[in-house]
Amino acid sequence: MSFETAGYQLAPVLPEIVLAVGAMALLMLGAYRGQGTTRTVTTLAVLLLVVVGVLVYAQPAGKHVTFGGSFIVDDFARFMKILALIGSAVTLVLSTEFLSDPSRRIFEYAILVLLSTLGMMVLISAGDLISLYLGLELMSLALYVVAASNRDNAKSTEAGLKYFVLGALSSGMLLYGASLIYGFTGTVSFAGIAAAATVSNIGLVFGLVFLLAGLCFKVSAVPFHMWTPDVYEGAPTPVTAFFASAPKVAALAVFTRVTLTAFPGIVSQWQQILVFVAIASMALGSFAAIGQTNIKRLMAYSSIGHMGFALVGLASGTVEGAQGVLMYIVIYVAMTLGSFSIILAMKRNGQAVEQISDFAGLSRTNPLLAFMFAMLLFSLAGIPPLAGFFAKWYVFVAAIKANLFTLAVIGVLTSVVGAYYYLSIVKTMYFDEPAGQVDPVRVEVKTVLAVFGLFNILFALFAGPVVSVASAAAKSLF
Amino acid sequence: MTTWPILSVTTFLPLVGALIVYLSRGDDEAARRNARWIALWTTLITFAVSVILVMRFDPSSADFQFVEKANWLATGITYHMGVDGISLPLVILTTAIMPFCIIASWKAITNRVREYMMAFLILETLMIGTFSALDLVLFYLFFEGGLIPMFLIIGVWGGPRRVYASFKFFLYTLLGSVLMLLAIMALYWNGGTTDIPTLMHTAVPRSLQTWAWLAFFASFAVKMPMWPVHTWLPDAHVEAPTAGSVVLAAILLKMGGYGFLRFSLPMFPLASHDFAPLIFTLSAIAIIYTSLVALMQEDMKKLIAYSSVAHMGFVTMGIFAGTMQGVAGGMFQMISHGIVSGALFLCVGIVYDRLHTREIAAYGGLVNRMPLYALTFMVFTMANVGLPGTSGFVGEFMTLLGTFKVSIPTAFFATTGVILSACYALWLYRKVVFGALVKPSLTSMKDLTFRECVTLFPLIALTILFGVYPKPVLDMSAVSVQQLVNNYNTAVTAVKAAALLQ
Repeated sequence: MSFETAGYQLAPVLPEIVLAVGAMALLMLGAYRGQGTTRTVTTLAVLLLVVVGVLVYAQPAGKHVTFGGSFIVDDFARFMKILALIGSAVTLVLSTEFLSDPSRRIFEYAILVLLSTLGMMVLISAGDLISLYLGLELMSLALYVVAASNRDNAKSTEAGLKYFVLGALSSGMLLYGASLIYGFTGTVSFAGIAAAATVSNIGLVFGLVFLLAGLCFKVSAVPFHMWTPDVYEGAPTPVTAFFASAPKVAALAVFTRVTLTAFPGIVSQWQQILVFVAIASMALGSFAAIGQTNIKRLMAYSSIGHMGFALVGLASGTVEGAQGVLMYIVIYVAMTLGSFSIILAMKRNGQAVEQISDFAGLSRTNPLLAFMFAMLLFSLAGIPPLAGFFAKWYVFVAAIKANLFTLAVIGVLTSVVGAYYYLSIVKTMYFDEPAGQVDPVRVEVKTVLAVFGLFNILFALFAGPVVSVASAAAKSLF
Repeated sequence: MTTWPILSVTTFLPLVGALIVYLSRGDDEAARRNARWIALWTTLITFAVSVILVMRFDPSSADFQFVEKANWLATGITYHMGVDGISLPLVILTTAIMPFCIIASWKAITNRVREYMMAFLILETLMIGTFSALDLVLFYLFFEGGLIPMFLIIGVWGGPRRVYASFKFFLYTLLGSVLMLLAIMALYWNGGTTDIPTLMHTAVPRSLQTWAWLAFFASFAVKMPMWPVHTWLPDAHVEAPTAGSVVLAAILLKMGGYGFLRFSLPMFPLASHDFAPLIFTLSAIAIIYTSLVALMQEDMKKLIAYSSVAHMGFVTMGIFAGTMQGVAGGMFQMISHGIVSGALFLCVGIVYDRLHTREIAAYGGLVNRMPLYALTFMVFTMANVGLPGTSGFVGEFMTLLGTFKVSIPTAFFATTGVILSACYALWLYRKVVFGALVKPSLTSMKDLTFRECVTLFPLIALTILFGVYPKPVLDMSAVSVQQLVNNYNTAVTAVKAAALLQ
């Protein structure tokens, strides 16, 4: 393979290069100017993410492969990257208040988010198992540190450590699976694996299972979800918002790409795994959330459930399924960022409140906040005409087409169970007596809430274009 | 004639009203008054626009009219609206009942008036949309979306057990509907579209018909509600504020019947025919059993709620008889029940506003203090019983007639329901209105105010008008019903003939 034809051009990786160089420059800025630059670094980091987003958007359409097939830029990658960048940028904006506390002026926070985002972008574009692992580790290592960024808080450090230990374990499993796959197919590139893995053999399936286990950990699907509630609860709220959005996008993207492009020949093998994982996640996400009293823990279980729903689309293994995953993740990110901006907005006398009972009577003390949250919760429950309904529609419509009726029926039934705990929060906000005034909401939180709240409520009006973009992105995988 | 999208205007006008209510800031008495007036005018204008619909409607055509179509989601899912003779009466029923609901809440609701009015206006949009959507996804959007405002109406402004009732209402209905959602998806892949008029002419394989029928049945039976999934209704009715009960009884329950007429019979005729005995059995049980249960009630609203279930049994029985009289009778019964049960809940609301109890035992001898009320209540009680000369009679008679042709035992058992309904309704009336006025709390009761007369007298007029002259309603739906029945019978006889040939 000659150097030119293999295409070692740098044009497709331009956004990643800009992000990497920019992150390093900001690191230097912070290192030389000290912690006083936290605000500047954070602002510049958001700008950098926006610039990278524009670069990704401006990339020529079609599929571009570089580094000998390790790095793929197609419609799917661009779609997911922009989504991950939005998630990262918005959570950085939401972190402003957290970082303004004198004891937490840590400019590294923004740098770590940038590096983690870089990892996500590599992960989304991964064309072989090596770049997959590189991206995954860059993303995860930065995340472990971010989880523990509230250094004086025992829960936050516990969250970071827990996440690291379990994350390392899952990385090990993933790596073990990758080496088995390499051993049985003789290649690490997804295209090569697809060509070799036309019939299932036990070694390959073993590798596949380990690989999927590692990925399930990253999307926090059952049975690899145990870290999620603790980390979500322990980490500072802006960090939790970050965990719940951007890394999920990247992990789900690579999940989709690996299963659909590397193992299209043995769909039946991974389909049954995904069906099980999806059912278990949906069921656990619905039932375990019922007893929660902490809103962040509840959101953790909710995200487990939602990942289960997203995997319903993937389990169908079709282009409609991929489209369903894309639709689901777009809407999920919007709902999650909206919900977390509300959790961030909930403060009494300067103290953040996280118990569900603290939301009591919010509809009277702050009607707009309560209304937005109620709409987000109904949307998370999948009630039309809100965005969450369309997310569920596209994954289940794919499952029905693939004749996965049992999966679909169990899925919609668990969504009814899930509706119960979302309704309980609405009940607390609307039916109960007020638990006291809430502090005025900061302007950046308000803005984020307005954007994603309206996106959620008015989604039905502009669903058409989103569907077409998602459909094009899904087709680029096949 | 102008070509403005009159149906969409009717549908979304209340939503605009809700926005205006939202923009009218403030929480003092003036703001509350503003909210009430804005809501009332919105519902009145919506009603006026819907009257234009009636005037321009061509009852001699079975096609969908006022059709609007626009791109929405890609691939076969469009924004498609339109009405025919089956949906238009229900649209009018909705727009006609809503002003009464607003007036009925005038004095009864004093806290969070703006939110209350907004919830009702949003609910109105969703209800009209349900009846005029011609795309399954759009239909589902409106159908399910109605749960949100109704959940809040019961939960925020309801009685002591409102939390339980609102959760039960929401989860019960959602559980039924999600299965229908899967069936909608299956139909989408079968026909390549969710366009209702197209799907009506798309052949559905027999096995899919069975499953899809059951899934749709799960949703509509809960909504209707049919025995044995009716248990959410008494709770919801008892706890909901008066206007909430009225909307629930008069309109939301009709969505189930409308669903059977719009989807089950035309799209799955064979499955409908196969399952007709099941429907007959459930309907007969509903009529007799819930009538007996109604006899034992101590709460006025609960009694009327159970009687609603019984009356809906006549509707399902008539619809699945598949005969012209049965279906037209079911259609008429829905409209009639919408007016009568709505009015009955208004009547209960009137005494509840004065005494703040719905215990039947707390009342007695009201005729001495409230002659006008006694008269009004009597008309609606008689209509509920199905006395000839009231609209209740026409519907029950026609459904029984239609069913008699198909299944004599069902008609026989259902007819006993007419007697039972007389038992509980007259018993209720006697306990509340007649007798000596001995209870001290009742001695200061005032008769109907002008506002209450405004809500009740038009309904009296309609009840008696449709009782002696049901033609306007029957004519409006006749051609559409005829076509529905013809298509249904053609499909069923074709299969029977094929089976005979083999």
